[in-house]
Amino acid sequence: MPLNLADAIPDTSSPEREFLWTLNFGPQHPATHTTLRLILTLDGEVVVHAIPDIGFLHSGFEKLGEHLDFNQYVTIVDRMNYISPVSNEISWHHAVEKLLDIDLTPRCKYIRTIFAELMRIHDHLVCCGAAALDLGAFTAFLYAFNLREKINDISEVASGQRFHPSYTRVGGLLCDVDDVWITKVRAFIKLFYAAYADLMKLLQRNRIFVDRTRGVGVLTKEEAINRSATGPIARASGVTRDLRKDQPYLAYKDFDFKVVCSTEGDCYARFLVRMEEMVQSIKIITQAIENIPSGPINIDVNSKFVVPNQMSVYRSIEGLIQHFELHMTNRQWETPKEEIYAATESPNGELGFYIVSDGSGVAYRARTRPPSFIHFSLFPHLIVGHQISDIPAVLGSINIIAAELDR
Amino acid sequence: MSFADIKEKLTAKFEKLNLEFSSFRDNDRVIVPPTDLFEILSYLKTTFCFDMLIDLSAADYLHLQGATHRYGVWYALLNVENGERLIVKTHLDDPDPRLPSMYDLWKGADWMEREVYDMYGIEFDGHPDLRRILLPDEFVAFPLRKDYPLRGMGERHNFQSVIRSES
Repeated sequence: MPLNLADAIPDTSSPEREFLWTLNFGPQHPATHTTLRLILTLDGEVVVHAIPDIGFLHSGFEKLGEHLDFNQYVTIVDRMNYISPVSNEISWHHAVEKLLDIDLTPRCKYIRTIFAELMRIHDHLVCCGAAALDLGAFTAFLYAFNLREKINDISEVASGQRFHPSYTRVGGLLCDVDDVWITKVRAFIKLFYAAYADLMKLLQRNRIFVDRTRGVGVLTKEEAINRSATGPIARASGVTRDLRKDQPYLAYKDFDFKVVCSTEGDCYARFLVRMEEMVQSIKIITQAIENIPSGPINIDVNSKFVVPNQMSVYRSIEGLIQHFELHMTNRQWETPKEEIYAATESPNGELGFYIVSDGSGVAYRARTRPPSFIHFSLFPHLIVGHQISDIPAVLGSINIIAAELDR
Repeated sequence: MSFADIKEKLTAKFEKLNLEFSSFRDNDRVIVPPTDLFEILSYLKTTFCFDMLIDLSAADYLHLQGATHRYGVWYALLNVENGERLIVKTHLDDPDPRLPSMYDLWKGADWMEREVYDMYGIEFDGHPDLRRILLPDEFVAFPLRKDYPLRGMGERHNFQSVIRSES
């Protein structure tokens, strides 16, 4: 059993392997975007062996999850995958709500669905834009980031924060959305198609982009299944799994959309799957935004799961008691002493939470199933046999978010 | 193949083992002894086609009231063909918690097992490359164990830093 990193690096000193050389890639390198390190063994420019060395951003999120209550931990969760923050919040509260057996109000379900899909577009825009940037297509990146800004504005209108909205709460949302928000989402739908067409025109048939991504980093269907790939990466390899269809959570069963798949499994297929998923997402948003039900966003206060609004805290004794109960650290939620695994389809793949509950309002164990972590373990397999210049293409196509990778 | 079928077939095949089946919300679980874990999981993979290992992680039940064992390790399985899920759980105790590695069945277990080793110190026999993954190699504690304090044991404070005049 090798005990440390030095033991794992292949020995290149023996005469029959002396043509190999070792290159340290990162932890600070523009093409890695975030802090991750690769130790590459190269034959000329061809990668023969790659060892990812991760953990530079490890900050003990899962340990914190054992000390913060269900509503507090949401602020940590949306810092995991910071390019689709609301997806993480929805996933976390999806697990908590399953543990508490909460059925959300229709309005809350619709708003959460719209947010989840906006975040999917946000994530895919950043991913495709940054992947193109690494391959030299700077313009595409700017077009993608311009559109992404609009989604940040939508988050700001809803929650007051652009980047880390912390918008969901147990059994509901932080606050209701208003007409300005709905107008902004409608405006975004109009803007999207134009920007999407620009992005496709810049990349889809771009000779350099296609040459550098097609046939690079091929993941077969068998390998994708065996190595636990989920989300767009698995779907680009022909695995037709999508939690939105398999276990329809939130309001997904009300909408008409397709699961986007490809059979190629290379970087170009992953790019195309992401681009087409954005179109499906905008289809869901278009259907949802015109049909948002009226009514409350939080479930009934009598269920003792949601924080009552300010008016009932100040004007009624029940509201005051409920507010006190949920905010005192020795009281809070009463949870069943059980364990639950619940997952949602985050932009990057299956984002799951496994909660072990000891009956209190703080998880005894809050395990995250991070898609980035699992997808990065594919990387050494994908890159072997390719050239060193293919590393940015493969890294960009599997969309590694280091904060989620290291947690 | 529903959970009832799996239950029936598993009990028939491993009748000596006294497997515990339970369901909570939509999670179907089976608790198995660690000694027969590899056999049961490979049986599940081949017979019921659970071909994807969705999640593998552990918990430390040190302070949990009513817990009978120190560690629990779970394997969340998915049948890609029909989307069926099953959670296989096993319990372990100090000293020397160890399990067989599932790397031979699912390559996806590679990093997940390394993370469990890193955080809990549970060793996986047969893993090709079992070393710390998120924490540095020189780290000695296992931070997600419940006897490890939230604010650490002074690793950051005592970290040997090299200053310019000494280098």
